[in-house]
Amino acid sequence: MSLVVSLRSAVCLLGRFPALAGVDLDIATGEVVLVSGANGAGKTTLLRLLAGLVPLRAGAVTVLGHDLAVDARAHRRDLALVGPDTFCYDDLTVAENLAFAARAAGHPPAPTELLEQLDLARLAPVAHRDLSTGQRRRLSLAIALARDPRLLLLDEPHAGLDVVGRAVLDVALADASRDGRTVLLASHELDRARTLASREVELVAGRAVGGRREESPSVPAPETAPEDVGR
Amino acid sequence: MTLVREALLVSGKDLRIERRAKVTLSQVVPFAAIVLLLFAFALDPDRGVLTRAAPGLFWIAVLLASLLAVSRSFAVEAENGARDALRLSGLDPMAIFLGKSLAVLAQLLVLEVVLTIGVVVLYDLSLRSLVPLALASVAATIGVVATGIVYGVLTAGLRLRETLVPLLVLPVVTPALLGATRAWEASVDGVPGEAWPWVAVLGAFALIAGTVGLLAFGPLLEES
Repeated sequence: MSLVVSLRSAVCLLGRFPALAGVDLDIATGEVVLVSGANGAGKTTLLRLLAGLVPLRAGAVTVLGHDLAVDARAHRRDLALVGPDTFCYDDLTVAENLAFAARAAGHPPAPTELLEQLDLARLAPVAHRDLSTGQRRRLSLAIALARDPRLLLLDEPHAGLDVVGRAVLDVALADASRDGRTVLLASHELDRARTLASREVELVAGRAVGGRREESPSVPAPETAPEDVGR
Repeated sequence: MTLVREALLVSGKDLRIERRAKVTLSQVVPFAAIVLLLFAFALDPDRGVLTRAAPGLFWIAVLLASLLAVSRSFAVEAENGARDALRLSGLDPMAIFLGKSLAVLAQLLVLEVVLTIGVVVLYDLSLRSLVPLALASVAATIGVVATGIVYGVLTAGLRLRETLVPLLVLPVVTPALLGATRAWEASVDGVPGEAWPWVAVLGAFALIAGTVGLLAFGPLLEES
C-alpha cells in the first residue's frame, strides 16, 4: 500500500519553541489515524505542517508524493483541513461558501446529497454568520468533503457538536474512509475517535511515541477537554 | 484560461460579499463624498481656488477611499481563518491577486463616477476632454489598486494593518496621484495633447505595479 504521508525527524518551530521535535510517522492510503496527546503536544502543528501552513525547519516530509521542503503548495488541492476555524465567509450563505470552496479546488459545486448527508440542506440559503456553532462545524466538514480530498486532516472535529451532530459527523467520516480517503484525526475525545480510527499515534512533547493498530476501542479516554488549545 | 476563471471566481466572491455587506456603498462612498465636501468648505469657491485644485482634491479623495477598500478586501479574509482557506484552496496566487484587484477596481471605478459627478456639481468643474480623462482614471486606479493589494496582503496578518496600509501605500502611489492630477487638469482645460504623456506615465505605473503584484502576491500570501 502506498504512503500518503511520510515524516522523518520532522521539526517545526513556533517562535523558538519546538512544537514538533523530530516526528517519524508513515500513513498509508486509506488509513484513518487518530493523533492523540495532551494540550501542547503538537497535534495541531502536525496537521498544519502536513497542510503546508507552517514551515518545516528540519527533517523530511512527503505528503501525497510531494516533498514539502521543495514545494509546500503543490499538494494542497488534494487535501482538506477541518480546524477550529470554519474557513467560511460570514456574509456568504452555506451554499455559496460550499460552491466557492468546491470551484476553487476545480470541482463542480457540492451536490445536494452532501448537504443532506451533513443535515445542512435546509440551511443552504442561510448566511454563515447566522449559523450555530454546531452547524458551522458541519459546514466546515461539508466544505472539506466538497473538495473531494485524498487526504482529510481533522482537528477536533467533534468539538462544539451536539449528539446528533456527532453522529452525523461519524457517519460522514466512515463514508470518507470507505471511499478510500486517508484521514488524520486529532482529538481529545478518544473513546469516540478510536471507534473511527484504524490506528492511534500519540504525540508527547512534539514526538510520536505510538503507532499501534487497534481493531476495536479498548482504552478509556483519559481526558475530555472540549477544545484542543495546544499547538 | 484557468487563471482567468479562478480570478473571476475570487472577484465574484468578493463582490458578492460587498453586495451583502454594502461597506463601499454605506461607508467608502459617503467618506469620499464628505472629504470633497470638506474641501469645498475649507477652500473659498469665490476665488476659483476650488476649481483649480479640483483635480488634485478629487484624486486625494479617491486615494483615501482606496485605502478603505483595500483594507476591507483583506478584512473579509481575516474572518474565520479564511486567509488559510485561500492558501489551501488550490487557487493560483496570481489568480487571487487578479481577482481581489478586479473586485476593488470595480468598486473604485463606480466610486470615481459618483465623485466625478460630485466635483462637477460641487466645484463647478467643466470636463472638456473626456477620453484622456477616462483613460487616465482607469490607469491610475489600476496602479493604485495593484499597489494596495500587494501591501494589503503584506500586512494581512499584522495587528496594526489598518494603520500600516496607509503609511506603506500612500508614498508609493505618489506617481499615480501626480499623473492623474496633471492628466485631469489638461482634460479640464481642454488641451488633451498635454494629458496624453501623463496617461502614458500612468499606464507604465499600472503595468509595473500589476507585474510586481502578480509576482509578489504568492510569496507574501504564504508569509502573511
